[in-house]
Amino acid sequence: MRFLTSDGLFNVINYCFLTIVFLATLYPFLNVLAISLNDSTDTVRGGIYIWPREWTLENYRTIFQYDHLVTGFINSVLRTIIGTVLGVFSSAMVAFTLSRADFQGRKFVSTTLVLTLYFTGGLIPGYMLMRELNLINTFWVYVLPGMVNAFHIIIVRSFMDGLPYSLQESAKMDGANDFTIFWRIIMPLCTPVLATIALFVAVGQWNAWFDTYLYNGSNPDLTTLQYELMKILQNTTMGGSGDANAYRSISGEQAAQTVSPESIKMAISMVTVVPILLVYPFLQRFFVQGMTLGAVKS
Amino acid sequence: MKLTKKKAHSVAAVPLGQKRSFWQTVLQQRYLYAMSLPFVAWVFVFNYLPLFGWTMAFQDYRPGLAFFEQDWVGLKHFIELFQDERFYLVLRNTLVMSILGLLVGFTFPILFAVLLNEARAKLFKKTVQTVSYLPHFVSWVVVAGIVTKMLSVDGGIVNEILVATGAADKPIQFMTKGEWFWIIVTLADLWKEMGWNSIIFLAAMAGVDPQLYEAAKVDGASRWRQIWHITLPGIRPTILVVLILSIGSLMTIGFEKQFLLGNPTVVNYSEVLDLYALNYGINLSRFSYGTAIGIFNSLVAIILLFIANGIFKRYANQSVM
Repeated sequence: MRFLTSDGLFNVINYCFLTIVFLATLYPFLNVLAISLNDSTDTVRGGIYIWPREWTLENYRTIFQYDHLVTGFINSVLRTIIGTVLGVFSSAMVAFTLSRADFQGRKFVSTTLVLTLYFTGGLIPGYMLMRELNLINTFWVYVLPGMVNAFHIIIVRSFMDGLPYSLQESAKMDGANDFTIFWRIIMPLCTPVLATIALFVAVGQWNAWFDTYLYNGSNPDLTTLQYELMKILQNTTMGGSGDANAYRSISGEQAAQTVSPESIKMAISMVTVVPILLVYPFLQRFFVQGMTLGAVKS
Repeated sequence: MKLTKKKAHSVAAVPLGQKRSFWQTVLQQRYLYAMSLPFVAWVFVFNYLPLFGWTMAFQDYRPGLAFFEQDWVGLKHFIELFQDERFYLVLRNTLVMSILGLLVGFTFPILFAVLLNEARAKLFKKTVQTVSYLPHFVSWVVVAGIVTKMLSVDGGIVNEILVATGAADKPIQFMTKGEWFWIIVTLADLWKEMGWNSIIFLAAMAGVDPQLYEAAKVDGASRWRQIWHITLPGIRPTILVVLILSIGSLMTIGFEKQFLLGNPTVVNYSEVLDLYALNYGINLSRFSYGTAIGIFNSLVAIILLFIANGIFKRYANQSVM
């Protein structure tokens, strides 16, 4: 009878609700994984939920035969690495100058940055700018425009505000200049918050597709993984016989017979998701800290 | 807060009788300048220069000509825009999806965080939490693929459940029903971001004094009452901060989900201002007209910001701007 007390009832409802959320979040991923590992002609029969019926790695073998996809994968990895290094470095550097209460240009720098959170030129002026700067059809359009990010700077800065200033003072007495202080003292102490920013930038870079679509869509050498996936998804959801089939013809007749667009979609989806899934449990502690910090202080 | 202020003073204070001039300080702080001014220049180029591009909306812009050689046409493109029937449809879609997104995207993470906080089983709680962050890290491209798959007519889990429970006689073609599009976008967004957005509330709840709950329990307060009278007031400051942030992000009304989830059959419900600008401006090379749409998009965002701020001010007695 104890079960029917109001607290007991609350617990039942609560656990049911949370379980539903849990399943609703996890199921789609398991389903995609199962389909990607299932024989593609068998998949067409339907009824694959979270466990493959006929195990095979054929879908993965097939997609890695596509030149576009391999190029896209390499470009995605490159833009993620370069973009992350540049993004973290610039955020840390600007944040350091902003955390220095004695810095004369602080107000100017911080106002200039914060305003960018509220104003954007919009799609077309942005596009025209890239054109004027000759960044269209280059790799650099992926990493340069978003390099300085005000939101990230605010997060790093609020972390730095928590570090004791006496550290910098004593280094100064030992004759260190501001850059040395930043590089040798502040940077190492900021590892947790820089890891957070690194994760933010890396995820953003890895998941980006729109810049490829807008600026480099016609250049197969600069394609990205997400863009290739986007093309396949767009074409198949529209019921057209576009790229998914083009993909099949590229890989030759043999693959065309054994792999359906559905399996290709699911396998590519897994390829784009898995790298993130591998790193994020390790970084969870950091990003929880970073998220909290960022929102509370700004 | 007090501490940092004090620190600021002691650092900024200049020793008596040694008031340095502006340029002397610049020289002394040359490293700090060198470490920030290049990035300010960067921001100027990539964030501020495009603002000058707004002038294109008042010209018949032709690429290759210099700024002063362009034909200035005043409000021609705006007038054309206001006479376009399609524009009002697109405006409606933008407003509806922004407001739905704000309402749902703000309330559900709080609800989720509260319920998660009430779960006593540690391992269960931790697992649900970790899994709930997962979709945030996945691109919209993949999410769009997943949503399409889950809602599909053959083998989509949603339709299978609906048919199995008798809620629907036959599978529903969700992705081709325009009326469903707004809801699908909102729910897809919720699925993707709910867990992630709840992080900050959970962190705030960890800071609520446990003694308050003990006292409430002694007084015989039910769990619902504890949530209502202790947890929610306890995280009130955080709720306000997040509300401010999400109102602020109305400025950047997205189009990514609409682009990826939309298809020709639902275009009357899926097209938002940014996509409209993209179609005219870049795909049809009508740069001036596209820019006019973009400017209007910013105006809508600012108006939304003001309305939200007004409501916020009235009920929370605080201002965003």
